[in-house]
Amino acid sequence: MTEALQWFRYHWRRLIGGATRDDDSRPYNYSSLLACGGKSSQTPKLAGKHRIVVPHLQAFKDEYEKFSGAYVNNRIRTTKYTLLNFVPRNLFEQFHRKEKKYIDRCWKDVTVGDFIRLSCNEVIPADMILLFSTDPDGICHIETSGLDGESNLKQRQVVRGYAEQDSEVDPEKFSSRIECESPNNDLSRFRGFLEHSNKERVGLSKENLLLRGCTIRNTEAVVGIVVYAGHETKAMLNNSGPRYKRSQLERRANTDVLWCVLLLVIMCLTGAVGHGIWLSRYEKMHFFNIPEPDGHTISPLLAGFYMFWTMIILLQVLIPISLYVSIEIVKLGQIYFIQSDVDFYNEKMDSTVQCRALNIAEDLGQIQYLFSDKTGTLTENKMVFRRCSVAGFDYCHEENAKRLESYQEAVSEDEDFTDTLSGSVSNMAKPRVPSCGTVHNGPLGNKPSNHLAGSSFNLRSGEGASEVPHSRQAAFSSPIETDVVPDTRLLDKFSQITPRLFMPLDETIQNPPLETLYIVDFFIALAICNTVVVSAPNQPRQKIRHPSLGGMPIKSLEEIKNLFQRLSVRRSSSPSLTSGKEPSSGVPNAFVSRLPLFSRMKLASPVEEEVSQMCESPQCSSSSACCTETEKQHSDGGLLNGKVESLSGQPLACNLCYEAESPDEAALVYAARAYQCTLQSRTPEQVMVDFAALGPLTFQLLHILPFDSVRKRMSVVVRHPLSNQVVVYTKGADSVIMELLSVASPDGASLEKQQMIIREKTQKHLDDYAKHGLRTLCIAKKVMSDAEYAEWLRNHFLAETSIDNREELLLESAMRLENKLTLLGATGIEDRLQEGVPESIEALHKAGIKMWMLTGDKQETAVNIAYACKLLEPDDKLFILSTQSKDACGMLMSTILKELQKKTQALPEQVSLNVDLPQPPVPQDSGLRAGLVITGKTLEFALQESLQKQFLELTSWCRAVVCCRATPLQKSEVVKLVRSHLQVMTLAIGDGANDVSMIQVADIGIGVSGQEGMQAVMASDFAISQFKHLSKLLLVHGHWCYTRLSNMILYFFYKNVAYVNLLFWYQFFCGFSGTSMTDYWVLIFFNLLFTSAPPVIYGVLEKDVSAEILMELPELYKSGQKSEAYLAHTFWITLLDAFYQSLVCFFVPYFIYQDSDIDIFAFGNPLNTAALFIILLHLVIESKSLTWIHMLVIIGSILSYFLFAIIFGAMCVTCNPPSNPYWIMQEHMLDPVFYLVCILTTCIALLPRFVYRVLQGSLFPSPILRAKHFDRLTPEERTEALKKWRGAGKMNQVTSKNANQSAGKSGRRPMPESSAVFAMKSATSCAFEQGNLSLCETALDQGCSETKAFEMAGPSKG
Amino acid sequence: MAMNYNAKDEVDGGPPCAPGGTAKTRRPDNTAFKQQRLPAWQPILTAGTVLPIFFIIGLIFIPIGIGIFVTSNNIREIEIDYTGTEPSSPCNKCLSPDVTPCICTINFTLEKSFEGNVFMYYGLSNFYQNHRRYVKSRDDSQLNGDSSALLNPSKECEPYRRNEDKPIAPCGAIANSMFNDTLELFLIGNDSYPMPIALKKKGIAWWTDKNVKFRNPPGGDNNLEERFKGTTKPVNWLKPVYMLDSDQDNNGFINEDFIVWMRTAALPTFRKLYRLIERKSDLHPTLPAGRYYLNITYNYPVHYFDGRKRMILSTISWMGGKNPFLGIAYIAVGSISFLLGVVLLVINHKYRNSSNTADITI
Repeated sequence: MTEALQWFRYHWRRLIGGATRDDDSRPYNYSSLLACGGKSSQTPKLAGKHRIVVPHLQAFKDEYEKFSGAYVNNRIRTTKYTLLNFVPRNLFEQFHRKEKKYIDRCWKDVTVGDFIRLSCNEVIPADMILLFSTDPDGICHIETSGLDGESNLKQRQVVRGYAEQDSEVDPEKFSSRIECESPNNDLSRFRGFLEHSNKERVGLSKENLLLRGCTIRNTEAVVGIVVYAGHETKAMLNNSGPRYKRSQLERRANTDVLWCVLLLVIMCLTGAVGHGIWLSRYEKMHFFNIPEPDGHTISPLLAGFYMFWTMIILLQVLIPISLYVSIEIVKLGQIYFIQSDVDFYNEKMDSTVQCRALNIAEDLGQIQYLFSDKTGTLTENKMVFRRCSVAGFDYCHEENAKRLESYQEAVSEDEDFTDTLSGSVSNMAKPRVPSCGTVHNGPLGNKPSNHLAGSSFNLRSGEGASEVPHSRQAAFSSPIETDVVPDTRLLDKFSQITPRLFMPLDETIQNPPLETLYIVDFFIALAICNTVVVSAPNQPRQKIRHPSLGGMPIKSLEEIKNLFQRLSVRRSSSPSLTSGKEPSSGVPNAFVSRLPLFSRMKLASPVEEEVSQMCESPQCSSSSACCTETEKQHSDGGLLNGKVESLSGQPLACNLCYEAESPDEAALVYAARAYQCTLQSRTPEQVMVDFAALGPLTFQLLHILPFDSVRKRMSVVVRHPLSNQVVVYTKGADSVIMELLSVASPDGASLEKQQMIIREKTQKHLDDYAKHGLRTLCIAKKVMSDAEYAEWLRNHFLAETSIDNREELLLESAMRLENKLTLLGATGIEDRLQEGVPESIEALHKAGIKMWMLTGDKQETAVNIAYACKLLEPDDKLFILSTQSKDACGMLMSTILKELQKKTQALPEQVSLNVDLPQPPVPQDSGLRAGLVITGKTLEFALQESLQKQFLELTSWCRAVVCCRATPLQKSEVVKLVRSHLQVMTLAIGDGANDVSMIQVADIGIGVSGQEGMQAVMASDFAISQFKHLSKLLLVHGHWCYTRLSNMILYFFYKNVAYVNLLFWYQFFCGFSGTSMTDYWVLIFFNLLFTSAPPVIYGVLEKDVSAEILMELPELYKSGQKSEAYLAHTFWITLLDAFYQSLVCFFVPYFIYQDSDIDIFAFGNPLNTAALFIILLHLVIESKSLTWIHMLVIIGSILSYFLFAIIFGAMCVTCNPPSNPYWIMQEHMLDPVFYLVCILTTCIALLPRFVYRVLQGSLFPSPILRAKHFDRLTPEERTEALKKWRGAGKMNQVTSKNANQSAGKSGRRPMPESSAVFAMKSATSCAFEQGNLSLCETALDQGCSETKAFEMAGPSKG
Repeated sequence: MAMNYNAKDEVDGGPPCAPGGTAKTRRPDNTAFKQQRLPAWQPILTAGTVLPIFFIIGLIFIPIGIGIFVTSNNIREIEIDYTGTEPSSPCNKCLSPDVTPCICTINFTLEKSFEGNVFMYYGLSNFYQNHRRYVKSRDDSQLNGDSSALLNPSKECEPYRRNEDKPIAPCGAIANSMFNDTLELFLIGNDSYPMPIALKKKGIAWWTDKNVKFRNPPGGDNNLEERFKGTTKPVNWLKPVYMLDSDQDNNGFINEDFIVWMRTAALPTFRKLYRLIERKSDLHPTLPAGRYYLNITYNYPVHYFDGRKRMILSTISWMGGKNPFLGIAYIAVGSISFLLGVVLLVINHKYRNSSNTADITI
């Protein structure tokens, strides 16, 4: 039972929330060492500062007996989890002491200290330390999609010292002690050590930890020891409950419910006092003051007191309890319609909008501030290698740019572009040639994706890894990202590369061309300075093992010869060679370079058990794969023949799949591959790179210093195979790398000078890249002597094994390594703008939503993206806040404020006035359009208490704010600040884990299910697949949901008050005795049945303005921002109307039946009937659109009322005393006066509202009412009218822009020449901007313009 | 091993998803309902569009109102208050409880003859028959002839449930306070000998009440006394329930005066049907104009709660008794709506050009 409860709680949290980080880790104050044993399935609270894990070996016996009965076969049962059974009853093997084998156990039974053995594709049940892996390298691959949504594989390592064991860990003999930190929620950190019995300590890190919720991949079996179990696992600790969000509308409704309570109390008090007074007149009258059974009569005072409670019972319907039920139902209906909107469907990802929060849909209609992430939200987060600068020369990759252009056009159709054959320029001409990828992909289904994505998809479906909520493309592997067309100029320089350059003997060759060396180093750095995992698609996610490592058995010389021949043939037939400018010596070179490989192979380690892996050699497997594919292709109906060649031309390229942690890395590796510098495999010890001219190079991997956000760089330490030196390759943000470059080079003045020149040039290029909105990275290297390295290693080892302040030590250690670097070059990676983003932002701007862009990117990139996506307009006045101190920040802000105020006096008033006028609001561009850019450091000052106000005032003047270099925490602080100080509705949208805090703080959090995983989606209230969907979500659904719900809530208040007041008025005529003139059943059913469905239908289906008009006129959204549908006075007006209607509904029948022989319940009958008609017709008046569903429900309600009354009246002879409905309805229905009364009452009651609505419609229509007229027009008339509407108050220039927009929404906007920055837009290409020569000059160096000339001729060739 | 596993999975996993490639997507159905594009009637309430409604309401309501008003005015009605609180009243003497039985006579004159059937009502004022506890104080099962309820009435009847250890039949405050004046009507003709007007006792209650809802307890022969054996009369009653009338068909619980009383009035001022005066022939008016006198056996005390007692004679029409309000209200509403129609006509005319909604609609 408790387990079910816990499950429910967890599941519920998961449903609502997702992962959040709260940093208060639990305090563990008491210190006693824990002997982790005993049978308690719940882990006792932890001891001391650190946790000690002692192998947990007892108590298996009874457990075994308990479970062995159920699972005799000792079979592994894996359950796929769906959302509904998140905690799978996954049984896994566990060590059983007695039987010396593992037994199946439930997740809930796992305790700290248990040994667990997991097989491939099983979900990890608890946080455990990896002790054994069947992988000979001691590696285990895990997929963390269950945790963070990242679908790429990650490597985990067996604890040092255990990796060497070839047999499985024997839990019996495991006697080490593990000490680790107390449970915390930091997924990216784990510290601890393992102490052997001989007091020898081995450090433990995140690399050794398998986290709960991840899945074992590509590893046959692993064994680990549990360190955290159950709710102490990091995954569970990350699931702190989310903030419970309640919509603004509901909050307002709640206060109004309180008003209703007050009203009720007043009414009841009136009743009580009235009854007391009335009774005091007839105290002695036994007619009225009927004595108690014992003959006493109660005093008027007491009777009045009793009457108060009687009245509460009678009038409690006034409190709209059913309102809450109805609200929930309406919200469900609204969510249903949001989710089934076909416009939100994204074909590529086969996903539509996900509404994760059910109770705040109407808040979507009231958003005033929008906070957006940049990367992945506004942009696609598909990193495309665009340009690079090596040794001071810029290579602008024009063909690549052109290719991207063509993608951009085709991208909306599908991404089936498959020129996977990098390096072949000729491929550009026939972009739709299907490759092996598509063929391979063919039978898999309808997913238009290249073979890489397809294969990983394949893998998922094959492995049943459908835990991923919806199958997505493999991360970072769309053809756009993977394919890079090399720059011809750079290819030229590649031709100069020969292995001789690195031969120490050839020092005699005068002046080794330094630039060439740089190029080689640059590309090697691109290929190896990362954490990319290589896998082949036909053996998905299986590590590619190089023969020299795995011990490939070469059976005979003949085979080698065969292999050789195949290789050479392929090489020579490669189109890249023929079309490229590779010298004729290329083929011999390849031969030469391959020789050492084969010689090494022979020397390689003895044959192991992996005979079957013979075909694992990339060449072999790839060629065979391609062959079968080609055959398949032929049998499939004989496709292009030319393809066969092209396939065999680049077998390696098309059969390697890179899985990177960040898209940037993948982009760089793919770029390197385009230059024939292919990353072939990666193991913890070695990296294999196939370099075109140099042949396969095997780098001995000495060390990896992974990327972290503090250092903003990562490094690899390798031993260079050719020069045999220890080389450090570093890749990182330009600002950081530039500071770490060597100041004084030991190699002499000339070299130093050259470095300086390169540095300057590169810096210039970097600035240029940033101006184009590219993400820049610097690549640098450092050559170390063995002695230096050894010393560093020793220090580093100390840092690694320490538990306390390990981070600082590691950072220090990294600093020691990463200095005195030699700059090699820089890369520019483009993050392309998502489709439809500028249009959406423009629409949201028009809707009066203030938009902030919060990004971690650097200022230039951020500003450029902001211009590109129309967040900032070229003629906006841009203020940049970037100061180093708080005082300066304050000064600057006040200066800007003064300037703004001077410029546009009284403008805000004007704006606020305009809004209420029937004319369309005058756009602000008459005087003031300002944008603000603020950097992260300055933001820190601005967010401080003293400057907050000023900052907010400043931002309120600006139509857009861009915060760059903002940390996740700052993001959430900004949102919090705006939300709490300005009392506005905020929406945060983001896609990455860094946006989670912001998403959770905002009133509405929207997650973009993009490339960066599911964390944002998990934390969000709504998940969409593209930014452009936001505009419809807000403008249409938000508007609808808000107006619908607010109208429905108001209607509910009205309904209850109007009906209950009938009872109240009657009290004045029955001595305040609490008599109801209606049968109790009717009273109950009136709210429950007869009038419950119409408001719900109204709340779900009401449509004041059609979706098209709402999209065309974003201004209409402003009514929701100002809560026009439900203001405080609207509530009171509604109540007044309800009072009036109830008065009419009571007193018209009263005057008619006054002094007649009518009895109580016969009097109530016309009242009820009239009230029903009034209440339903009131709804009809308020409805803006009535469908057959409305009609059906309204007519159904009326019919059900009459049916009930008739049947009840016929059946109930003596039931339900004292009210006696017997035959009353029947009598009335034969009486014409009844009908006359009902009609008259209904008309009088509804007349005022009807007249008001009519007058409103013709005298002072709201914008929404006026927009409604557009729905009736034909399309042509509508465009005409819309133009008129928009044009009414706007300047000419704006109108032309609008005409432009209506002409072709999807078309690109012409660029105003005035803004140089703006012209760079999405930085699609240099060629694109060639009309503007002056611009291009800044963008390209002279080398580039050369290629430009070349490129002009290029297309004719292709 | 793992590799094999994967490979097999791939083979197994591949085909099933291939044929149904197009079948399973998350794309929402593109139906009018799901996309919220159902054809809808979208009323736009402007002066121009609703003008006809106002005129139509006006045109329908005014004639109806006039019709009702005329009908109501044709109804003859006379009220005679016989409470006797005024010293001049003949019934003043009956206010003291000592005079029993007290009979008083009130003279009145009908100016115009009453045609057709005439209803004779008694009217009470300031009598809160709708008081909650009063209304509750009855037992419908007992009245319906349930023999167990007869001897063991509902608790709602307290304190009028039992008397002297016998169950009261009919129990409860309503029955206990039954109106018990007797009214007789005499026409003072030309000759001095007053002619009594035939007052019909039956037919004043609802048919369903008399035949379905109210029933005498079952049992025995025609002897009602036998059927009510073991019960006692209500405290205030002079005689037991089975002696309300000599007519067996109008006695006991199905006594129509009793049934009418038991239908509790909605408002403190009410009237209840007392007798019918049926039209005898088409030639003679039911109640010709002339002098009449009303003979009252005054039993029912109302003066000490400031109540009034009236006798009402009224003819009836299709719409029941006299009711000027309904007709006037209809005429008023019709006129108002007509007037509003005119106002809107002006508005529509005036704002047609200035408001840009109008040039869109027209």
